[in-house]
Amino acid sequence: MRLQVRKENLVKLASPEQLERYRNKLQAARRQDKPCITICGGTGCRAGRGLDVARVFRDILKKKQFDRRVDIQITGCHGFCERGPLVVIQPKGILYVSVTPDDVQEIVAASIEHDEVVERLTYKDPGTKRRIFHEMEIPFYANQQRIVLANNGKLDPANIDDYIAVGGYASLAKVLTRMQSDEIVELVGKSGLRGRGGGGFPTGHKWRACREAAGYPKYVLCNGDEGDPGAFMDRSIMEGNPHSVLEGMAIGAYAIGSDRGYIYVRHEYPLAVENLVIAIRQAEEYGLLGNNILGTDFSFKVRISRGAGAFVCGESTALMASIEGFSGEPRAKHIHTSEKGVFGQPTTLNNVETWANVPLIIDKGWEWFANMGTKTSTGTKVFSLVGKVKNTGLVEVPMGITLRHIIFDIGGGVAANRSFKAVQTGGPSGGCLPEDQLDLPVDFDRLTEAGSMMGSGGMIVMDDRTCMVEVARYFTHFLSKESCGKCTACREGLLRMYELLDGITSGRGTIEQIELLEEVGLYVRDNSLCGLGKTAANPTLSTLKYFRDEYRAHVVDKKCPAGVCKELTTFDIDVKMCTGCGKCVKSCPVEAITGKKKAPHSISQDKCIKCGMCRETCPFNAVITL
Amino acid sequence: MNLKKVDQIIDKYGGEKSWLVMILQDIQQEFGYLPPFALERAASKLGISPSQVYNVATFYSSFSLTERGRHLIRICDGTACHLRGSVNIRGELKRQLGIGAGQTTSDKEFTLEEVACLGACALAPVMTIDSEYHGSMTIYKVKAKLDQYK
Repeated sequence: MRLQVRKENLVKLASPEQLERYRNKLQAARRQDKPCITICGGTGCRAGRGLDVARVFRDILKKKQFDRRVDIQITGCHGFCERGPLVVIQPKGILYVSVTPDDVQEIVAASIEHDEVVERLTYKDPGTKRRIFHEMEIPFYANQQRIVLANNGKLDPANIDDYIAVGGYASLAKVLTRMQSDEIVELVGKSGLRGRGGGGFPTGHKWRACREAAGYPKYVLCNGDEGDPGAFMDRSIMEGNPHSVLEGMAIGAYAIGSDRGYIYVRHEYPLAVENLVIAIRQAEEYGLLGNNILGTDFSFKVRISRGAGAFVCGESTALMASIEGFSGEPRAKHIHTSEKGVFGQPTTLNNVETWANVPLIIDKGWEWFANMGTKTSTGTKVFSLVGKVKNTGLVEVPMGITLRHIIFDIGGGVAANRSFKAVQTGGPSGGCLPEDQLDLPVDFDRLTEAGSMMGSGGMIVMDDRTCMVEVARYFTHFLSKESCGKCTACREGLLRMYELLDGITSGRGTIEQIELLEEVGLYVRDNSLCGLGKTAANPTLSTLKYFRDEYRAHVVDKKCPAGVCKELTTFDIDVKMCTGCGKCVKSCPVEAITGKKKAPHSISQDKCIKCGMCRETCPFNAVITL
Repeated sequence: MNLKKVDQIIDKYGGEKSWLVMILQDIQQEFGYLPPFALERAASKLGISPSQVYNVATFYSSFSLTERGRHLIRICDGTACHLRGSVNIRGELKRQLGIGAGQTTSDKEFTLEEVACLGACALAPVMTIDSEYHGSMTIYKVKAKLDQYK
């Protein structure tokens, strides 16, 4: 649904000068002081009926005849999804959270008709309990340094004019008119930009190798597979600012001598696919993509290739096989893909976030970028902070910031004030780090030394009610299913590891099996061809390193200390703590709890399904695990 | 046997075999699953062997070679959703519909699939019914959500 009806203006920008004139025209027409109601249109807010909210805004403004003096804009993902649907009243920057269609009337009356704020809909700090009205004062946002995500809340991804108005495609124009291709490669190299998909390979090196490779045509690819469960940074960029990716890819294509490319998007991201398709079409209409871009000799065409449900297709050679119409089996990289990649041609594959950084580096220079972050990990990184944390969402910060700062200062600490147990970073290829590792700086290298990795940026917070053995079982199960099957070590080894972990979490494990688990893990690591297999043992090995006691409890005591593994946990009610309030009775989905009012209640073990809802609900900590 | 529909889909991609994955997606969109006649037609029109087509159709988890129900429920078992109790949501779906992951109800109304990650992690646990997202799911919300589609 689009609220801004674009006129079918046949804008064709035949030169960089025409682009600048058009940009100036757009900026002049947009009065900075005109009120604009921006509504987040990302997947998360849509799930909360954000588009219905937008529709009601439009209807009410029309009815009151405010539609000429107030704009409505549906923007890209703001990254604070748990508080959605998000509405920001510009230019004041008043943020309303969890907005429902029924709230709209009140918001219009207060913030549009009068200069007031609907307090009950503003953000309430979970720590101080203070209400904060302005978006940028909320600690979640204030502590971030958003450069890649900066424009997500300011533009409608389905309207290229918005991107142009905030400076879009100026970097591409600069590159085409004032820079040589080797200059661009050198600039990207000096910036220190490293692959944001997790590999951390220096982007400048990659581009140089491809530029020097022989062959035509050359391909530029974007890895939008984002397979790590718990990560949605790339989704937000592709949905919310698709042109930033297109512009980056066009610049890269010019630098390496390519005229064509693909964006590989996981099929579970239909809105990202839709917005990219719209963006490509609009950019082609405007002469910013396609043949003779901005009237120059440079042509660049992009097509979308969808994934079909395979985690391994995030691996570069598997992704290329998928684009070629095959199943996603990786190959050994004795010959690099920069020489022979997709269709056997020289290829540059970069992650979504990497591409989105490129126009910024061209615009503001390599020094600006290199001055952020650390010496070997420059720039910012977008993290998806999720799990048992108060403020879940996308966090963009300079590299080198500590885990503690991200989880506690920006994330607000552990949800429901429970105690911190571990943070899982780097997706299924990463590991779990305990509390004493929280002061580690987050960059490409430090977390790897500790047994995890930064990876693509997924950061999952775990509390005392998370079982670390079950986490290892979960990841191993996932990886075992996603293994392409080519290498015996990965295919057979992961299956055996899963069986061992499943046995341990079901109460059938032994001490010897823990040692066997470790041995098989190392075998898988050392005998697999691709990144999936090579890192698949990390969740197991890292939890064995830091949480071995928990494994012992499962096999020796046959207990699950966190109260998660169903065969090893019994839920019971402590009669000394129970006040008989009855809240647990209502919470039980299978009616397993009985008791008279104000008298201690009891759980029928025959009916109990061990879901733990009673423990979550009880206000008196009377539900215990045995 | 709607061969014409299959041909139209293949022609949309210029009959190019490298677009096989997307061709199969469009075929599944059209028929609700991948019927054998469509796979054989794709093989012959694209000039590749049927085993190559079956290789791809069975490799990617979003493809189904069996008919599915009228409504597709996808329950996310990504890390964030898993930690926030997706197993309980799955359990409740089983209680309500009598099916587990990969199964279809006997009245052919609902099919349940498990997915690795839908990218809406801040709203965990998440499920989709057809293409609508339902976030911050709890056991208690399941029945009401299902009723919307009955």
